[in-house]
Amino acid sequence: MAQPTDRLYTKEHEWVKIDGTNAVVGITDYAQSSLGDIVYVEMPRPGVAVERGKPVGVVESVKAVSDIYAPVSGTIVEVNAAVEEDQKKVNSDPYGDGWLVKLKLADADKTGLMDAAAYEELVKSL
Amino acid sequence: MPDLAEIEVARHFTELSHRNFSVDTNFYPLGSCTMKYNPKLNEAVAGFPGFTDLHPFAPDSGAQGALHLLYDMERSLSALFGMTEFSLMPAAGAHGEITAMLMAKKYFAQTGQGTRDVCLVPDTAHGTNPASAAMVGYRVVSIPSTSRGRTNVAALKSKLDGSTAVCMMTNPNTLGLFEDDIIDITKAVHAAGGLMYYDGANANAIVGLVRPGDMGFDLLHLNLHKTFSVPHGGGGPGSGPVGANAKLAKYLPKPVVVRNDDGSFALDWERASSIGPVRAFWSHFLAIVRAYAYIIVHGEEGLRRNSQLAVLNANYVRAKIKDVLTVPYEDFCRHEFVCSAETLKKETGVRALDLAKGLLDAGIHAPTMYWPHVVPECLMIEPTETETRETLDNFSATIHALVKQAHDDPASMAELPLHTPVRRVDEAHVGRQANKGIGLRWQPK
Amino acid sequence: MYTPHTDDEIRAMLAEIGAPSLEALSSPPLGLEIKESLGLPPALPEAEAYAHLKALAGKNDGARKVSFLGAGAYRHYQPPAVPWFAMRSEFLTAYTPYQAEASQGSLQAIFEWQTYVCLLTGMDVSNASLYDGATALVEGVIMAMHTNGRKRVVVSQAVHPMYRAVLATYATGMGLEVIDLPYNAAGVTDLEGGADHARGASCVVVQSPNFFGCIEDVDAGSKLAHDNDALSVCVTAEALSLAVLKTPRESGADIALGEAQSFGLPVGYGGPYVGFIASTKEHVRRLPGRLVGETTDVAGRRAFVLTLQGREQHIRRELATSNICTNQALCALIATVYLATVGATGLRAIATTNLRRARELSDALTSITGFSRAFATPFFNEFCLRTPVPAEQLARALERRGMLAGLPLSRFYPELTHHLLICATELTTPDDIRHLNSALAEETSRAVAAV
Repeated sequence: MAQPTDRLYTKEHEWVKIDGTNAVVGITDYAQSSLGDIVYVEMPRPGVAVERGKPVGVVESVKAVSDIYAPVSGTIVEVNAAVEEDQKKVNSDPYGDGWLVKLKLADADKTGLMDAAAYEELVKSL
Repeated sequence: MPDLAEIEVARHFTELSHRNFSVDTNFYPLGSCTMKYNPKLNEAVAGFPGFTDLHPFAPDSGAQGALHLLYDMERSLSALFGMTEFSLMPAAGAHGEITAMLMAKKYFAQTGQGTRDVCLVPDTAHGTNPASAAMVGYRVVSIPSTSRGRTNVAALKSKLDGSTAVCMMTNPNTLGLFEDDIIDITKAVHAAGGLMYYDGANANAIVGLVRPGDMGFDLLHLNLHKTFSVPHGGGGPGSGPVGANAKLAKYLPKPVVVRNDDGSFALDWERASSIGPVRAFWSHFLAIVRAYAYIIVHGEEGLRRNSQLAVLNANYVRAKIKDVLTVPYEDFCRHEFVCSAETLKKETGVRALDLAKGLLDAGIHAPTMYWPHVVPECLMIEPTETETRETLDNFSATIHALVKQAHDDPASMAELPLHTPVRRVDEAHVGRQANKGIGLRWQPK
Repeated sequence: MYTPHTDDEIRAMLAEIGAPSLEALSSPPLGLEIKESLGLPPALPEAEAYAHLKALAGKNDGARKVSFLGAGAYRHYQPPAVPWFAMRSEFLTAYTPYQAEASQGSLQAIFEWQTYVCLLTGMDVSNASLYDGATALVEGVIMAMHTNGRKRVVVSQAVHPMYRAVLATYATGMGLEVIDLPYNAAGVTDLEGGADHARGASCVVVQSPNFFGCIEDVDAGSKLAHDNDALSVCVTAEALSLAVLKTPRESGADIALGEAQSFGLPVGYGGPYVGFIASTKEHVRRLPGRLVGETTDVAGRRAFVLTLQGREQHIRRELATSNICTNQALCALIATVYLATVGATGLRAIATTNLRRARELSDALTSITGFSRAFATPFFNEFCLRTPVPAEQLARALERRGMLAGLPLSRFYPELTHHLLICATELTTPDDIRHLNSALAEETSRAVAAV
């Protein structure tokens, strides 16, 4: 799966799609593929403030547990309830229906974020 | 809760037992588990009513046989491992680990060094090591391994400072290699004011040959259900005695077993510096009886010979399969070795997991897999000393056949196993249910 | 002998390996090889080893005496069917069931254990076992701590003193604050007095029946916990009591834990036993140790497998819910076969017999002048006898007469000098009671006369 170019990526294999002061966050195809069948997703509740680079939740598969790090700073606005009910979406559609949280940005700081091409290079090197 | 006629119980559990591998029926080349044969003498003596019917609160005068056995056990282990004193209280290896961590913490607190809070753990360590350290609040720092498969001494030394509390290691390590810098390491850790802890899971390579005390270790635990032939029971009970040198013996859990001047034996509760008890009662006594029987029929010579033959068997299997699976380290191994299916995966897409499932079809339990993490597609193989050459040859032949099948028909490997009571199970489904608290018990319809 | 190698085989194997000798392969480097004898006795032939161990077993006359000891280890009848099936080689010598395809026997047995624990405690989920009741208490406290982040634990002083001592051992190393709730004149937890302590607590821990044998008001304990946003932890040391008492769940507990040694495990000088832990489903991810779940295989057959391993040490390492690896699988199997063998009706009958015998014992002993029940609270199979002379003295005198009369409580509660903890089970006979009765009466007169 080619990395969608409409969003930015972190070296922790998260993506963030920014639209003004709103952002949507999820994990990449590489992440879901490495984890295997995902069985559990835990994200902070709406209203919680998150800080860039800090662990905010977990995505768990049968064989591994992966911490999710906030790619940007902001406040959680919505958690994807569909994914908490049916984790398979994260595996089958990590860039679409498998989104994890929506948040309101605290700032425009894009430190640590890379574009699709740079992320593609990173994945190739692994 | 059901009511059942005894015949229903009989058929049910006998039928269940037929759906299990076991040492008495199958070969288990499981690295770091030491699945050696469990002698039946041990079962018989552990069943004597004089042992099974003895209440832990029976007065010492009425438990002299049990106390004598525990005392002899304690003396034998102290001699074998170069320690001053042992506690036989911990229930399992991980329990022994946390006991030792609590002892280390108390030692540092009492010597005015309570700020030491870092535990150094090689990246090849068993998961219980960092878990035990974290449970007592230690920060875990991972030390990388070298391309020779040993702990990187320079990296370790660079992490030593005033916050170093404990360095946890096993020797031979989980790659099956003797840490030949061990004296250098223990000296450096001691110079920095830290303590050395020996994870005894790999003791089957060293009993009667070398003592952790001589290597510079201050504390250690043993797994009687590995090295000392106590059966695994499908996941316990084990027994994880903790040994300590002269500096740390006073922190051992209480009560300990002592011999009085008049030759009688007793439980000693007067241990002012003890960390306290770690179990409600004194030991996994009936497991220790089994290990004790194992020690007395072997003696020092027999125990040494077992270690030698364990090393022989591991090297033999290594020699026979290194042409089809990559063995990343060129030194002879100790009681276990690792090999990698990474090349096989690149060439055919077939993984270590698929090889393991293929072994099950041949009635051979899979080796330890995917650990240590430093070796990709890792298989850790420990035959133990009780397996025949024939069994080892058969294992090797099966591995060769599976690798051939992987090349000839890679797609077929994902279907394995075919002949076990159940085939590959849907772990994702049960994981999702379990997270909601469903599927973890039988429910009436 | 246990190693099969002939000298010829060794030579041939060394040749294939390319090593000159066993010593060359196995000796340690750096001059570390053990050079002197370690002083272990010489190896014994099997028959002599057997005889030696038989002699040691014979030196434990405490195992032969008529016993009224309980205090966390209970003498119960073990139906021969239990070891017959549970100790089959295929269970006894099996490994941990990581390879589901090769371990359906062990896995289903654990699933059944988990089910029994849930049935008996009223809880939704249970784990595959813990070491014992004391370490189960530690794990339960850790669960509570992970749930609400608080480090203060409020524990009744009537919880088994060895359980509390083990908790204290861990608490020091884990930075937990443990507050004792005292017991009152009725021999149960003084919950009203504890109201202040519960503020800011992670959990409130009550045992029922408690160490004195008294049945506690677990509902009140749960209320105290919940009023303070803490978890209610209910401890059981005598698992048989679960057959007749209100379940921990019905009494509002969030976590039920304790010791299941009573289900078919011998007292065995203290171990191995088997701890259990169970909770409501919201706490499932914080449960320590192994969990077995039900699923299907690729052919659609029912299958069992270890699940939620993401909580465990081999995956999560320093972030695991607990460091536990090897647990008490075979002991849990023994308990499972026991519960299957006696069944619901049988278990209730055994529990009822225990109740009856303990009452007969109580009636008989309190009829001796100077003896009474220390606490006027209902009990299951264990109670505290108030003695006219120090209980230690009486216990020693009875030992000399071939009886283990019970546990003098001064051992753990220095203030309870004239208190004997005494237990009757289905193995206690009317003759045993009569002998104890007359022996206690005689020894008391003797002691009183001597003063």
